[in-house]
Amino acid sequence: MEIILRDLQPFDKKAVDEAIERDHGLHPYDKYLKPGRIPHIWCPGCGLGVVLTCFIEGVMRKGYSVDECAVVSGIGCSGRVAGYLEMDTYHTTHGRAIAFATGLALAKPDLKVTVFSGDGDLFAIGGNHLIHAARRNVDLKVICVNNFNYGMTGGQVAPTTPLGAKTSTTPFGNAEPGFNLPHLAHASGAVYVARWTTYHPRQLVDSICRTFDKKGFTFVEAIAPCPIGYGRPNKLGSGLDEMRYYREMSEVRNGVDPKDADITLGGKIIVGAFVDTERPDFLENYCSKVVAKAQQKSGGRPKGRAA
Amino acid sequence: MAAKDILTGEHFIHGDAACAEGGLAAGCRFFAGYPITPATEIAERMARRLPEVGGVYIQMEDEIGSMAAILGASWGGVKSMTSTSGPGFSLMMENIGLGMMTETPCVVVDVQRAGPSTGLPTLVGQADMMQARWGSHGDYGCIALAPASPQECFDLTAHAFNLAEIYRQPVFVMTDEVVGHMTEKVVIPPKDKLKIVERPKPAVARANYLPFDSSGPLPAPMAVAGQGYHVHVTGLTHDERGYPVITDVVQERNIRHIVDKIRKNAEKIIQVEMIDLADAEVVVVAYGCTSRAARQAIENLRKRGLKAGLLRLVTVWPFPSDLIRRLAEQAHTFIVPEINYGQVVYEVDRSTKGKAKVVLMALMGGSMHTPTEIEAAVGRYL
Repeated sequence: MEIILRDLQPFDKKAVDEAIERDHGLHPYDKYLKPGRIPHIWCPGCGLGVVLTCFIEGVMRKGYSVDECAVVSGIGCSGRVAGYLEMDTYHTTHGRAIAFATGLALAKPDLKVTVFSGDGDLFAIGGNHLIHAARRNVDLKVICVNNFNYGMTGGQVAPTTPLGAKTSTTPFGNAEPGFNLPHLAHASGAVYVARWTTYHPRQLVDSICRTFDKKGFTFVEAIAPCPIGYGRPNKLGSGLDEMRYYREMSEVRNGVDPKDADITLGGKIIVGAFVDTERPDFLENYCSKVVAKAQQKSGGRPKGRAA
Repeated sequence: MAAKDILTGEHFIHGDAACAEGGLAAGCRFFAGYPITPATEIAERMARRLPEVGGVYIQMEDEIGSMAAILGASWGGVKSMTSTSGPGFSLMMENIGLGMMTETPCVVVDVQRAGPSTGLPTLVGQADMMQARWGSHGDYGCIALAPASPQECFDLTAHAFNLAEIYRQPVFVMTDEVVGHMTEKVVIPPKDKLKIVERPKPAVARANYLPFDSSGPLPAPMAVAGQGYHVHVTGLTHDERGYPVITDVVQERNIRHIVDKIRKNAEKIIQVEMIDLADAEVVVVAYGCTSRAARQAIENLRKRGLKAGLLRLVTVWPFPSDLIRRLAEQAHTFIVPEINYGQVVYEVDRSTKGKAKVVLMALMGGSMHTPTEIEAAVGRYL
């Protein structure tokens, strides 16, 4: 078979290098950002930049080098976070970030693996992976940016959209109640559960730092404005107006039972560090309950990564 | 004595166990899977063996997660595999595409049963062959091996790991229920007799490293997590650096690279076994368990002085089109017995370019062709 192809334009590394290095290094956070990846794709008023900044602040405060950290994302606006960070970063398939990160974290346990994704990615298409990773207590730090809708595709209903809220696929209002994410994460077994909004960057950084101290599955929900996808149909105003709403309607209740942190349309937003507990993570159990017995049975000394 | 990762010696094991041992011998240290007949025995063997040799076994919540997890483990620097059968293979297609797009080495064993849907869970089929080739959306190159014995389950699973490392992509071992559940002698060679391809680290500094270089016939060495290369790995169309670039120009380079690395190296990858083909007027093309019956049929036909031969496909993908085109100059008929209603036969038909008659001997699944049936079918054309 003969094939007719267009002329290929070869990769011009020099030109790309020049383009991506231009202006890189001027901002104090630049060493945590991949050269040439900014400006980001997010809309004006979006909360994702705040959450990304909080994550970088957390990494800085912990004094971690970018070589020790990896970030895995799914698909969607939040899924783009990975691509901006100057770390080993993985932009995977829709909903599968946690499953991919499970393999990464178990293959390389010394790596600090953060999963950064959105509410639709983590709780609709990826919900099953999330609850099972939490149950296993895989050593993953999950940051879920919740904007109550599917932003990337133009504002459709999500598993977090409150009852009655309007989106492009619920033009008369949502007939379904949304998930209470901290409650679900807690019930599934997460050892740390917190919720903040982008109006609470300091608390968010504190929580992210705390998750780095924990061994096991942690969950931080970051509620973020989406003035285009969610704000407009629900007449919430600009991104700034949504921040005002967070200021007025958020109620900090650290340690509260996550079941009491449900979110309703126009209602209060309960925020805080809700759960902070300890239990052995997957690898600890695997090593003590499986590897030790397997290697004892075969008469060998423990060896390999899992040992 | 410490548990050995390579169980050198003679064993009497089934094909599924041999797949697991082949993986372990090749250096597989991470397995993520989900129970499914008739592939479960691979997972069971891995659950027992991996902790003995310092690896990790995890049973995921589904095959979608299993496939995603082995990609993650591969980027963590560990050789990884999963195993499944048709329904699970369908679920894996999404992240097989991610593996193709992100050029991630790993091995997927599909112990085929009869489908579609739940089909005949405990009985043989060979109807996932085209799914292996085309199952995930978009264009990519495909390598699929088809073992015909427990010995080959060992050999070809180990070989699949080597191909995965060389070509940096998921490689399929397309076995079937008969081969998977068949117990035979398997000889595991000593370590120094096994050819194992280890993953090379990038030889250049970060500034000069292009993780998805498309300029050569083979992919770039893979920088895994923690090596300081800070690679961005994305399922989006990406440039040689790994940065997403949503243009037709970059798509052209990206996709041509992941297709051409297989297409242009096809002759190096393809393995076949040729039995009595020199003067064959009728050629049987078979793979997997079916090729065992075909072999017996050819032996019987030759004893009767009839000019029949067998082309056994060891690699089904890439497909040996050139070889079949040449054989079509000599043979007047090709007979393709397979346990499906026509899959690999289409490739045979396409490759003969109308120069020979092509006959499908189809079974819908649940049993395999008998040597007598194949002998009779070939006899009709001689």
